[in-house]
Amino acid sequence: MKHVLNVLVQNRAGVLVRVAGLFSRRGYNINSLTVGVTENPEISCMTIVVEGDDRIIEQVTKQLHKIVEVLKIKDVTNDEYVGRELLMLRVLAEKEDRVEIMKMCEIFRIKIVDINRKSFIIEATGNHSKLNAIEEAFRPYGIQEMSRTGIIAMVRGDNKAARRD
Amino acid sequence: MNGAEAVIACLELEGVETVFSYPGGAVLGLFEALSNSTQIKNVLTRTEQGATHAASGYARVRRTAGVCIATSGPGATNLVTGLATAYMDSIPLIAITGQVSTSMIGTDAFQEIDITGITRPIVKHSYLVTDVKTIPSVIREAFYLATTGRPGPVLIDLPKNVADAECRAQIPGKIDLPGYKPTFKGHKLKIQRAAKVLQNAKKPLIYAGGGVVSSGAEEVLQELAHRIDAPVAVTLMGKSAYPFRDGYFVGMLGMHGAPAANLAVSECDVLLAVGARFDDRVTSNVEKFAQGAEIIHIDVDPAEIGKNVEVDVPIVGDAGAILRDMLEVLEPAEHQAWRARIESLRPMHSDAYADLPGAPLHFRDVIRKLNRMTKGKAIMTTDVGQHQMVAAQFFNAGRRGGFVSSGGLGTMGYGLPAAVGAQLAAPDDTVVCITGDGSLQMTMNELATAKAHKLPIKIILSNNGNLGMVRQLQKFYKGGNYFGIDLEGNPDFSKIAEAYDMAYLCVARPEEIEPALQQALDNGRLTLVECLIDCEEMVYPMVLNGCGLDEMVMADKQ
Repeated sequence: MKHVLNVLVQNRAGVLVRVAGLFSRRGYNINSLTVGVTENPEISCMTIVVEGDDRIIEQVTKQLHKIVEVLKIKDVTNDEYVGRELLMLRVLAEKEDRVEIMKMCEIFRIKIVDINRKSFIIEATGNHSKLNAIEEAFRPYGIQEMSRTGIIAMVRGDNKAARRD
Repeated sequence: MNGAEAVIACLELEGVETVFSYPGGAVLGLFEALSNSTQIKNVLTRTEQGATHAASGYARVRRTAGVCIATSGPGATNLVTGLATAYMDSIPLIAITGQVSTSMIGTDAFQEIDITGITRPIVKHSYLVTDVKTIPSVIREAFYLATTGRPGPVLIDLPKNVADAECRAQIPGKIDLPGYKPTFKGHKLKIQRAAKVLQNAKKPLIYAGGGVVSSGAEEVLQELAHRIDAPVAVTLMGKSAYPFRDGYFVGMLGMHGAPAANLAVSECDVLLAVGARFDDRVTSNVEKFAQGAEIIHIDVDPAEIGKNVEVDVPIVGDAGAILRDMLEVLEPAEHQAWRARIESLRPMHSDAYADLPGAPLHFRDVIRKLNRMTKGKAIMTTDVGQHQMVAAQFFNAGRRGGFVSSGGLGTMGYGLPAAVGAQLAAPDDTVVCITGDGSLQMTMNELATAKAHKLPIKIILSNNGNLGMVRQLQKFYKGGNYFGIDLEGNPDFSKIAEAYDMAYLCVARPEEIEPALQQALDNGRLTLVECLIDCEEMVYPMVLNGCGLDEMVMADKQ
């Protein structure tokens, strides 16, 4: 089963390698890993999607905690959370297809951020399955290039555990 | 004061008295600062690997962090085996490496290597110091990390320009590590639950590991064993965790463990694991390990709990602290039938325990004699192989931290440099190094270190002309197709001894054991006792792959 872990780490050189190294060394299956800053410039947040049963996830969490720079780990899988990924794709847009593609973008409520003579760049954010749907929808026109990020996640409501002051 | 001088000053503040080192171009500053220190004694080993093992031996006997220093590049890479050894056995170690100047990092400069990268999986933590101001806090944190919680090695990589830069930093008042908060006290409710389980036990067994030794929980463990009337089996790392003279001691468990200990594990109804991690060499087939037992697991590292076996009552924290809290709530118990059962298992000795005619000299008899003659007071270091298992089976470690061996990583070449460190840590004690002809030759260069510091280490060499443990594995798993294990080309060890100005004694027959050991123990010199052992001698009992601990091979098939 897929688990989404929000991991707060001290923003220091080498932390990412320590975390990534841990996953490879212990043979854990990592689906995606996203790192970014938080409201506190000294703290980064990693969102890690990892596959495994409860026992493995427990080990992952415990091993992550042993990394000195890891401050807090929250498995948000079973919480109400907002998870978002970013997708960018360059889709072939011949004259006869252009209107149709633009309509589709409206339906999906996503943006065209660059227009070329033969192609569009489309930007979309959403959860994993929505982006999968978008990808599939545009595939018939010809996807020339695609790039997707991992997920970043935030628990809904007044998440007391997330407060870090 | 420059960065290098700041490092040495901080080491002095941490109470360091000995460092094991090997110099080089990137640590000239450190060595210059070291030369001006009146507190710190520098021990030049013959390779950097020797320095790490010596620091490890020192740390285990002195019960502080051991410190070693190496230069950049090959100096640093030579630390890898020693760091991994310390990591696997949770030994507190500080390794300081030189590094090329920060402006050169990443350019493949001469003797540049990414040592923090290479060692990342085998250290508890590491630092690449890029700002001279951070030196005092880095050193303080390093010692704190190495010695608290589950101990382990910490590496500090110090670029040359940082070492040379002017340092005016203050010693930090407190350590700021928001992500590192090792649990010391055990959870109260868990302790109560564990006490309840122990109170209801009919056949309790304590399984004590290296955590008891590093926590210094030996005495409280003994008190607890007596209180609940439970026998105690120990691991290789926990050899000195329980006094061998005490009637509750049943010996080492595991692949080459004592039959009584192994059978006790299979028969117990409650297993109290203290500072042990259910290593595969202990459990053998995990499915069959302590099958019918409720398991209580005390460990300072939460990640060890539930890692290898499912546990009924987990307690995270310091072994000593938890056992003391447990004593508060435990009522005395008696288990006469169970104790009698254990006693009945004791004489169930394998071939290894009997004096059979055949090979003229058994190494176990050497260890047994040594045991009697040193009254268990000696510090023993071992290498890795058959001799190590024989030593673990027959040597009684009566002294705190008196058994120094590479358990987790199984590093051949550990014994001699560890003995160097142990002897320097305890100059007045007898230090014996039990080794084999394969292992000794891996780090034999450290004889020079021992000679230079006039260390009266007693090296007891089991020479069977073979890599005996591999030979034993090939016998059992490869149908006796022996390959790549004949140590032809072995040197004449008497001449090695002569070259290093050592006393040399040869033991070829059982009756020669005692006089040779007597001479070795009395002469006050660096001594090599070479024991000529038949290569057919195997270590029994042996639990084969996939078997349970109660399915031991006890002797050669006739």
